Amino acid sequence: MFSKSTHDIAASFSRRGVLAATAGLVLGLASLTGAKAADDTIKVGVLHSLSGTMAISETTLKDTILFLIDEQNKKGGVLGKKLEAVVVDPASNWPLFAEKARELITKDKVSVVFGCWTSVSRKSVLPVFKELNNILFYPVQYEGEESERNVFYTGAAPNQQAIPAVDYLMKDEKVKRWVLAGTDYVYPRTTNKILEAYLKSKGVAQEDIMINYTPFGHSDWQTIVADIKKFGSAGKKTAVVSTINGDANVPFYKELGNQGIKAKDIPVVAFSVGEEELAGIDTKPLVGHLAAWNYFQSIKSPENEKFIKAWQAYTKNPKRVTNDPMEAHVIGFDMWVKAVEKVKSTDPDKVIDALPGIEAKNLTGGVSKMLPNHHITKPVFIGEIKGNGQFDVVWKTPGLVAGDAWSKELDGSKDLVGDWVGKKCGNFNTKTNKCLGSGS
Amino acid sequence: MPAHLSARLCSLALSLFLIAFALPALAGPFEDAVAKFANDDYSDTDEAIGVVASSGNPLAFPIISALQDGRLMADPDSKKVYVTGTDGKSIDAATGQAVASVPDSASAVRLNNRLRRSVDAALGSLTLQSPDVGTRLQAAQSVFKSHEETALEPVDAALAKETNRSVKAALGDARAAILLFKSDASEVEKLEAVATLKGRGDQEALALLTGMGDQPASVTKAATSAIGSIQNSLAIWSMVQNAWYGLSLGSVLLLAAIGLAITFGVMGVINMAHGEMVMIGAYTTFVVQEVIRTRYPGLFDYSLLIAVPLAFVVAGAIGVLIERSIIRFLYGRPLETLLATWGLSLVLQQAVRTMFGPTNREVGNPSWMSGAFELGQITITYNRLWILVFTLAVFAILLAMLRYTALGLEMRAVTQNRRMAASMGIATSRVDALTFGLGSGIAGIAGVALSQIDNVSPNLGQSYIIDSFMVVVFGGVGNLWGTLVGAFTLGIANKFLEPVAGAVLGKIAILVLIILFIQKRPRGLFALKGRAVEA
Repeated sequence: MFSKSTHDIAASFSRRGVLAATAGLVLGLASLTGAKAADDTIKVGVLHSLSGTMAISETTLKDTILFLIDEQNKKGGVLGKKLEAVVVDPASNWPLFAEKARELITKDKVSVVFGCWTSVSRKSVLPVFKELNNILFYPVQYEGEESERNVFYTGAAPNQQAIPAVDYLMKDEKVKRWVLAGTDYVYPRTTNKILEAYLKSKGVAQEDIMINYTPFGHSDWQTIVADIKKFGSAGKKTAVVSTINGDANVPFYKELGNQGIKAKDIPVVAFSVGEEELAGIDTKPLVGHLAAWNYFQSIKSPENEKFIKAWQAYTKNPKRVTNDPMEAHVIGFDMWVKAVEKVKSTDPDKVIDALPGIEAKNLTGGVSKMLPNHHITKPVFIGEIKGNGQFDVVWKTPGLVAGDAWSKELDGSKDLVGDWVGKKCGNFNTKTNKCLGSGS
Repeated sequence: MPAHLSARLCSLALSLFLIAFALPALAGPFEDAVAKFANDDYSDTDEAIGVVASSGNPLAFPIISALQDGRLMADPDSKKVYVTGTDGKSIDAATGQAVASVPDSASAVRLNNRLRRSVDAALGSLTLQSPDVGTRLQAAQSVFKSHEETALEPVDAALAKETNRSVKAALGDARAAILLFKSDASEVEKLEAVATLKGRGDQEALALLTGMGDQPASVTKAATSAIGSIQNSLAIWSMVQNAWYGLSLGSVLLLAAIGLAITFGVMGVINMAHGEMVMIGAYTTFVVQEVIRTRYPGLFDYSLLIAVPLAFVVAGAIGVLIERSIIRFLYGRPLETLLATWGLSLVLQQAVRTMFGPTNREVGNPSWMSGAFELGQITITYNRLWILVFTLAVFAILLAMLRYTALGLEMRAVTQNRRMAASMGIATSRVDALTFGLGSGIAGIAGVALSQIDNVSPNLGQSYIIDSFMVVVFGGVGNLWGTLVGAFTLGIANKFLEPVAGAVLGKIAILVLIILFIQKRPRGLFALKGRAVEA
């Protein structure tokens, strides 16, 4: 009931040629350009939460896609047609993600969807994308153990973020004792399982690994920080590997700072803390703590400088930061455009088959490639937090790392590969030579 | 004797001569090391720190301390390195000569954690004899942390001259730490070192003793017993620490729940938008700080004091507005109230999201709320301490208000027997509005304090609403003392469960315990008695 009237009003706005920003502001940022536009546009679905808990992270990604579409249209669109964004708000509500995805595909007839942040939202829309055969570009680092025909994972798999970060700490900081701290849900639990197996394979004893989970939005970190301090006083260099999600990070870092744990004593390397998250904290006590990503705003490359400039101009905010999932969308969007232009069609089947092998420039000066397992190649960077909320890159992988859909560290998945080109299968067992059911 | 003395004087003069004349002329290891800072390579920088620190060159201290503060500028093109002083004047790091300006191509030498530790260690030995007591203490502590053998001589020299007791103790600890790890130290020295560390008795001493590696049998034995005794005393301290954490969590719970104790406890309105009043208080703090940052930066330390009354007024006014426009039509219909206020909470969240954006807003800690102090073996953070004090103050003021003011009397009268109060001439609807405004205003004050320890985001309130209801129901509806006892009981129980069961299970356990408790005593800890209950 709400979305219909929103569409009508938004459509009338666009007919009058008024910029839809005000409509979006007033009407809960629903559809920006309306659903009734002519058929000579290609529709792109944007499925990011604009309200609720995840709005903090996902709103920026919605803006990123709108920005990319805007840029593409300035270059003349795709296949001679303009691109048109259809924005919906799944409101951080996982079942609503599935509903909105269905609406985008069946009602708005989008050719591709860019969306989701949490793994649970991705899992919730998966059946819809399979059933209606459409394409989802998923831009966030995640726990792996998945390769679906309809999904393209442009964020990092564990071997493109978690494992290199641990390697760095082991080699450069000579860390011998590990705290794996995370929020209690699927991404941290799976990642920590992979890391635990990896650390043990490197000869770390069980007693030198402490695993700790906290609820979403945990705000009282006194006990845990004191525990970390205690764990760190066993005479061995200790580090914290943090998969703590979004909001809970701020009080965690504040408590670390207040209890006087400095990065040079016990460094914390985080997988979900980027420029956007740091924008809400006073970063002076955090200087030296680390984050592992495939992109940092501070990386100097002509592509990156151009992108930041254009982005800040588009958002009319000279202080607006960029972050890793944004870059993933930039790469994913570019790859989709190239695939569509290659097959001269937006038909999902054709585009899905065309995507593996497509290359797109990433913002850090390299060229990322879509792999047969629907993951991409990315460089991995370790950055240290600076006093101004940006990162100083202290280490990077020599080349690009290919994303593993299935972790080599876990017994259940080490024989599996995703291959949608040769085997047409997302979970092909190389030992038994069988596809375990996720085929096409 | 005189011959001896003259020989010494000679060598002293010679060395003075060397320092004064020979060094600047030679491009020695010191200059080579300084040039390495310009390579922008962490290993080279590390090497350079070591050479510079042990060079004995008077420039070592300014160079290393500039490196620590990001004032050491290196020009990658000319390989020249400059020290920018805090006063803006610069010198050439290799020669010490003043330069007019640092070239634009120079940038600050970068550090990572490993290098920061090296810098600390180097600065530690360089500043052991600084005239400032605080610097000396810090130096002794960083030597204790790095406990490198090369620091032994400077430590001994400093110990001989030191007069301040606490610095002397810190130097003694540092000496013990060095000896413990020195391979050629005698057994007696090592045993002494173990005894010193045992006396220190904290986690860092424990870390050194457990990590000391191979030692003579007697030393290992002494260390094992020292480890045992330190662990025992730390175990007792950890109980104290849990109790403190419990009090601190309890104060946060109390602060969040105290407004609800008025609106829900006293008025009986199930106010799901209570959390949003807390959020509005936090955003008020943000706005106050923004204004102060841009207009009156000197007032920053007072920002919270200014925000408290403002938050009370803003949240209170919104509360009165809500009561007048929505809640007064719904008295006696708890289900509708619940739904209406829940809807309202969503509206308020989205309104704030539209106005301030979905991302977290930065609320800074004033200097008096940052950091921590040590009490025995536990760390007490100032922000938690002040929140505890603040909560108790708010509680006392609220209690006094209900007890000793006319408005308080009217409130109690209306909630106990509305019709009789009305017939005594009390304007009940006005009192309703004011009571709801009071509860909301106090929630706003809570937001000011919570902005110091939590995210200021549109979701801030959601995380507190369940806990607040839990506290009020557990403590006994309609009784402020019940809320106080309830909050602290839950806080302390939670913090003693958390180390055992983990944060997630601990929270579940608390919920289960409360459910069981409510089965036994449905009216909570302190049940209201009398006619008010039946009404």
